[in-house]
Amino acid sequence: MSTTYLIKNASVLGGDPQDLLLRDGIIADAGSLGPVPGTVVIDAGGLIALPGLVDLHTHLREPGREDAETVDTGTRAAALGGFTAVHAMANTDPVADTAGVVEQVWRLGREAGHCDVFPVGAVTVGLKGERLAELGAMADSAARVRVFSDDGKCVSDANLMRRALEYVKAFDGVVAQHAQEPRLTEGAQMNEGELSGLLGLAGWPAVAEEAIIARDILLAAHTKSRLHVCHVSTAGSVELIRWAKSKGHPVTAEVTPHHLILTEDLAKSYDPIYKVNPPLRSAADVQALREGLADGTIDAVATDHAPHPQEDKDCEWAAAAMGMLGLETALSVVQQTMVDSGLMGWADVADRMSVRPAAIGQVDDRHGRPLAIGEPANVVLVDPKAKRTVDRTALASLSQNTPYQGMELPGAVVATFLRGTATVLDGKLA
Amino acid sequence: MKRHLLSTADLSRDDAVLILDTAEEIARLAARPIKKLPTLRGRTVVNLFFEDSTRTRTSFEVAAKRLSADVINFSAKGSSVSKGESLKDTALTLEAMGADAVVVRHSASGAAYRLATAGWSSSHVVNAGDGTHEHPTQALLDAFTMRRHLGGFEERRVTVVGDVLHSRVARSNVHLLATLGARVTLAAPPTLLPVGVESWPCDVSYDLDAAIPGSDAIMMLRVQRERMNGGFFPTQREYSRRYGLDAQRMAKLPDKAIVMHPGPMVRGMEISAAVADSDRSVIVEQVANGVSVRMAVLYLLLSGSESAIGSDEGQAQNQHQNTEPKGAAA
Ligand SMILES: [Zn+2]
Repeated sequence: MSTTYLIKNASVLGGDPQDLLLRDGIIADAGSLGPVPGTVVIDAGGLIALPGLVDLHTHLREPGREDAETVDTGTRAAALGGFTAVHAMANTDPVADTAGVVEQVWRLGREAGHCDVFPVGAVTVGLKGERLAELGAMADSAARVRVFSDDGKCVSDANLMRRALEYVKAFDGVVAQHAQEPRLTEGAQMNEGELSGLLGLAGWPAVAEEAIIARDILLAAHTKSRLHVCHVSTAGSVELIRWAKSKGHPVTAEVTPHHLILTEDLAKSYDPIYKVNPPLRSAADVQALREGLADGTIDAVATDHAPHPQEDKDCEWAAAAMGMLGLETALSVVQQTMVDSGLMGWADVADRMSVRPAAIGQVDDRHGRPLAIGEPANVVLVDPKAKRTVDRTALASLSQNTPYQGMELPGAVVATFLRGTATVLDGKLA
Repeated sequence: MKRHLLSTADLSRDDAVLILDTAEEIARLAARPIKKLPTLRGRTVVNLFFEDSTRTRTSFEVAAKRLSADVINFSAKGSSVSKGESLKDTALTLEAMGADAVVVRHSASGAAYRLATAGWSSSHVVNAGDGTHEHPTQALLDAFTMRRHLGGFEERRVTVVGDVLHSRVARSNVHLLATLGARVTLAAPPTLLPVGVESWPCDVSYDLDAAIPGSDAIMMLRVQRERMNGGFFPTQREYSRRYGLDAQRMAKLPDKAIVMHPGPMVRGMEISAAVADSDRSVIVEQVANGVSVRMAVLYLLLSGSESAIGSDEGQAQNQHQNTEPKGAAA
């Protein structure tokens, strides 16, 4: 029989203190509870209780780049970050473009057991952008894929994107687009602007993202199919999505934690730890992203957790790989930029990091549920008063490419429960 | 002096003038029968070239040898693209060999900065050209040449013509000349100007003919062959017609104006042979001055300890200082 947990005095979604009884995988009771025999009591006074976080955008690197991350290490990092579900991106080697590969990733996730792993299927064979992968077979597989993305590459061919949007309607799938017009970003290294000109680094202009988003919004409207926009990074993109939603078009969007806190100025160091795709943008973009997330234009925070081995970052900027870690710091960054700044409350955090991403990923029967009696016991307890200094050597991820090394961030995940089983207790893997 | 020479953007006016004055002194000494100075005896200067550039490497080699330094030429194959020998491993190797100064040329912007700041090496680093970022000693030798001909920088107008977008020479010249008090005009087609150029300390013109009559010096940038196929301008002929310097255009320059080119030239493209070989051209002089300026730089970096061109402060940068957007709540 699994352990029963009695969580005492947790502030559910930042509200009044409540007790939660986690038994047999569900929230068996809630409210003001007396002593329950045979339970492990967790004093959660001063802690915030949120539904387990759901990441729509995680690179677990397995199969193929087990030197950077594995499903096991990546989901450990996820649990420590308060996640109970992650969507594993398809740009593995081999690419997750067949039922076989997505089932392998799904099974590895089940075996690791730190959080649910929902594989994302590639839109096109080999991410090549030439012809559709077997989307239906992946949808029908044991992995039950609903999110399809060529992330890392943009489905830039308008007709192929149209067909993908149409095709996934058969199983209520969603196409998650990495919006990057390839011809406008050849060799691009950082945000295009005054700074890229001075640093002599090839620019990645905002228009390359916005042009694809604008086109895809119109395609989603035309096909009446669901579009999800990955890692929105510019003020213009936020405007486009705001417009799409005002028209009632079926469009959702995510923002990464790093685009909520870091700016392109960091490229002045030429330290590739700050090299990421889409690139860090201007302070004005950061401000627009925060506002877009706060007013709900942007539906979700998604980490784009992108582990890379040291040699891919310990080099000159142009030679370095793009991407940064995110799972273990996401909630702290959101607390600092959105909660402590007064832009959002904890209920909004639950909405953007659990409820809405679960709905977009079509896993909202299991995740992103209310913390109420009878619901699955996917819960995270957060200490909002804690402070911690990020130490890349202490992360659970196999890689160390965090941009927050040495930074003090607020908040700490104290405990994470996946269907009533503790994956994290006292801030450590259980 | 600062520990490194990485860009002209972080050279103060005093720093820059000191280098030019030192170069002038060195040039005078070089006119004597014995050209070699004992200043850097026992010190090792490594020429680390990830890109082929015989002229720049040779210039640094001659400069170091005239200061009696030991010179090691280290041609590293493998650019950022081919993933050959890594910059880091090479740096560690040179560190083990006891290099006092590393002169580095690399195709990646920021490579010299990285070498100086990533903790791989404790040598002094001289940037001999990094990607499309900077080429500070080229700008210093250009300034040296201009000062000799124009007598100074205040009120002098310098027009830089051509592929500014991809030119490290242009970037270094704009910063240095602005610091020294000259007025710089960039003349180029809009496709060869970087985004944000309007915030640079210079004027910008799409019209070369408008800039020519007011120029005390005109610097023609090389147009690389790959740009011709990159769609930056329609044809070589059209480029030459609009932005090339031929005898007709040269005739419209003020009487004492000089013609410069960082080399290597594409004759018939950005500059006609007649102009390159004319008596206004100081292109050959630029090459000779390059040795004096590079001697001055190596001398100031390596001789004496804390003397000369400024302090180390401002070099190290707090990487997290800029993580909060301005005006945003934390
Ligand atoms: Zn992406």
